[in-house]
Amino acid sequence: MSTREIRNLIVSALLIGLCCLLPVYGSPYWLTMGTTIAMYAVLSTSWALFSGPTHYISLATAAFFGVGTFVTGLGFQDLPFWTLPVIAAALGAVLAALVGMVTLRLSGVYFVIFTLGLAEMVRQVVTWVQNQTGHRGMYVLTSLTEREIYWMLIALASLVFLAGWLIGRSKLGFALRIIGNDETVAKHSGIDTALAKVLLFMVPGAAAAATGAILAPRYIYIEPSTAFAPLLSFQVVIMALLGGTGRLWGPIAGVIPFTLLWEAITRQAPNQTLLLLGLAFLLIVYVLPGGFVGLWDRLRRRYGGNQ
Amino acid sequence: MFRRTLMTTAAVAALAVATLSSASAQSLIRLGAAAPMTGPLAGGATVTHWPAVRLWVSEVNARGGLQLADGPATIELIEYDDQTNPQQAIMAAQRLATQDQVDFMVAPYSTGMNLAAAPVFAQLGYPMITGTAVTDQQPELAQQFPNMFFVLGRTSVMAEDTAHVLVDLRERGEIGNRVALVNVADAFGIEMAGISRSVLESNGFEIVYESSYPLGTQDLAPVIDGAKASNPDAFIAWSYPGDTFALTDQAIVQNFAPHVFFTAVATAFPAYEARFGAAAEGVLGMGGVNADDPAFQAFATAHTELNGQGPDFWASAATYATLEILGQAIEAVGAPDRAAVLTYLQDRSHSYETVLGPVSFNENNDNEAYWTVGQWQDGVFRGVAARGREGAVPVQVFDGWE
Repeated sequence: MSTREIRNLIVSALLIGLCCLLPVYGSPYWLTMGTTIAMYAVLSTSWALFSGPTHYISLATAAFFGVGTFVTGLGFQDLPFWTLPVIAAALGAVLAALVGMVTLRLSGVYFVIFTLGLAEMVRQVVTWVQNQTGHRGMYVLTSLTEREIYWMLIALASLVFLAGWLIGRSKLGFALRIIGNDETVAKHSGIDTALAKVLLFMVPGAAAAATGAILAPRYIYIEPSTAFAPLLSFQVVIMALLGGTGRLWGPIAGVIPFTLLWEAITRQAPNQTLLLLGLAFLLIVYVLPGGFVGLWDRLRRRYGGNQ
Repeated sequence: MFRRTLMTTAAVAALAVATLSSASAQSLIRLGAAAPMTGPLAGGATVTHWPAVRLWVSEVNARGGLQLADGPATIELIEYDDQTNPQQAIMAAQRLATQDQVDFMVAPYSTGMNLAAAPVFAQLGYPMITGTAVTDQQPELAQQFPNMFFVLGRTSVMAEDTAHVLVDLRERGEIGNRVALVNVADAFGIEMAGISRSVLESNGFEIVYESSYPLGTQDLAPVIDGAKASNPDAFIAWSYPGDTFALTDQAIVQNFAPHVFFTAVATAFPAYEARFGAAAEGVLGMGGVNADDPAFQAFATAHTELNGQGPDFWASAATYATLEILGQAIEAVGAPDRAAVLTYLQDRSHSYETVLGPVSFNENNDNEAYWTVGQWQDGVFRGVAARGREGAVPVQVFDGWE
């Protein structure tokens, strides 16, 4: 491990520690904002771990997230709470592996469409099971407060960053970068491209399911229409692309300004939220095609970075 | 130049802030409201929620405001869109409370949004009187959120009363034993269908057709087809707004006209009558009001004048009543003091005069007097079954779509 890497690790640990202190020095309003940001940070960062290097756009976030909320909804009365995100993550990973084995041989737009359909399919399956079993409304009433939920999300985010860092240093990460550049070349170099992609797809699956499990007590009333809302998948993609997927910290550089922008728009123009959001998105695409990461790298090149 | 502009702007801003704050110190109560303006439930909220809220605010201000100990206080309404998204409902409640620092908040629209926002209301000590959350969990919810009050009623009671309407009709000898029961496949539909099935079966009814369809299904022809083929005396559908309209449409197309035709949510909307006109005569639905009560009629007239549209015959009045209750509690306390108002509301001996009639809360913060089933009669959706409310009219047999 180089000194540079050790320095980065220490800086990251300090930043995470600073985030953990938010409930202590921040107002309740900023805690709510922080929880939202932490949620999107986990989702976007884990999304970019897979979609960044492979260039496969996944819209399956809502599917995994919804599965996670239902794990908590079904299990919170019988199991200790800390086991639920773990179970959800395991389920999410298994689901991702199954989906990955079937679909990662598809390429480009076919994969995008399939993942979009996945959330709807899982939602219909859940509804069907509920209908067969004469299910009643699901109320997740716990004693968890927002600050505990926030801390759990920060812990999860740290795990995702750690996983991303480890993958980046591993053979798997190297293989994925080759796949992203040219899949045919990767195959010819002896890389099992299908296996590599399936393995990596399990990471966002597990992370999104765990996020759903942690956030279920915040929503209290769990219903398929909100748990599997497709808008979530799109928001995650937009935020990650705004930040840029080239670096591990890229997505979070998109999540924070995007959440603040969304909040400002909601506040100033409650009747035109979606319209202004669309305009903002167009602007981002035209002005910042590589996200903030791209901008940062361009600036460093122009003003003589020290790399 | 730039500097001078900046100074002028700052001066103007300071002046504006000064005028604002002096006005608010005098007699202004800030009321926050977040509910769907976009998203899946925007349609329902623009019929039921927003017009009722705006009507109450404009009426209170028209009569000079709420009468407090140190004079009248007018109401300033601050509105946000929660986008029918629990995440946004939480953010909006938090923003209203801590950034806009509103004195009171209107409870959101729908069960899901109310429960998502409930912890914020509870944590920051805001009374939460909801007119659109229907649930059976009042005891558990009231324990977790002692600031939460329920006006609209219990789901299980509504399913039971619907079944009892059939029992009554059979006792009068107007219908037989055969029932077709369908539901939208989500928590609401499944739960209601389950309760009505068990009540009907224990009363000796025969369920001759049973089916469900996913939320958002466009083509409901097969459902009506199947129900018609089973030749039932009564048709009961636990449906949401979209499917309520689609089922009725199909029933008219296929001329499926059993002696009882019941669709659940949105049957009480004025849009239902506007769409089906005289054909809607005799259709049963969820909710109802005492349409002959002068208080409701005055509310309906004012609602139409302000909003250009009439109220629905169920939750519109309940939403308006939640604000009447809040206003009366504030006036009784004599100051916009949240903690004192909450204590006042939690004293179960108090009763409130509302458009629904007198309302009081039991030990579970639950209003026990409400309408459960209504029927379109002479172009008005009249309550035919209620708990603890006067004025229910006799239910009529459905006489076809002409």
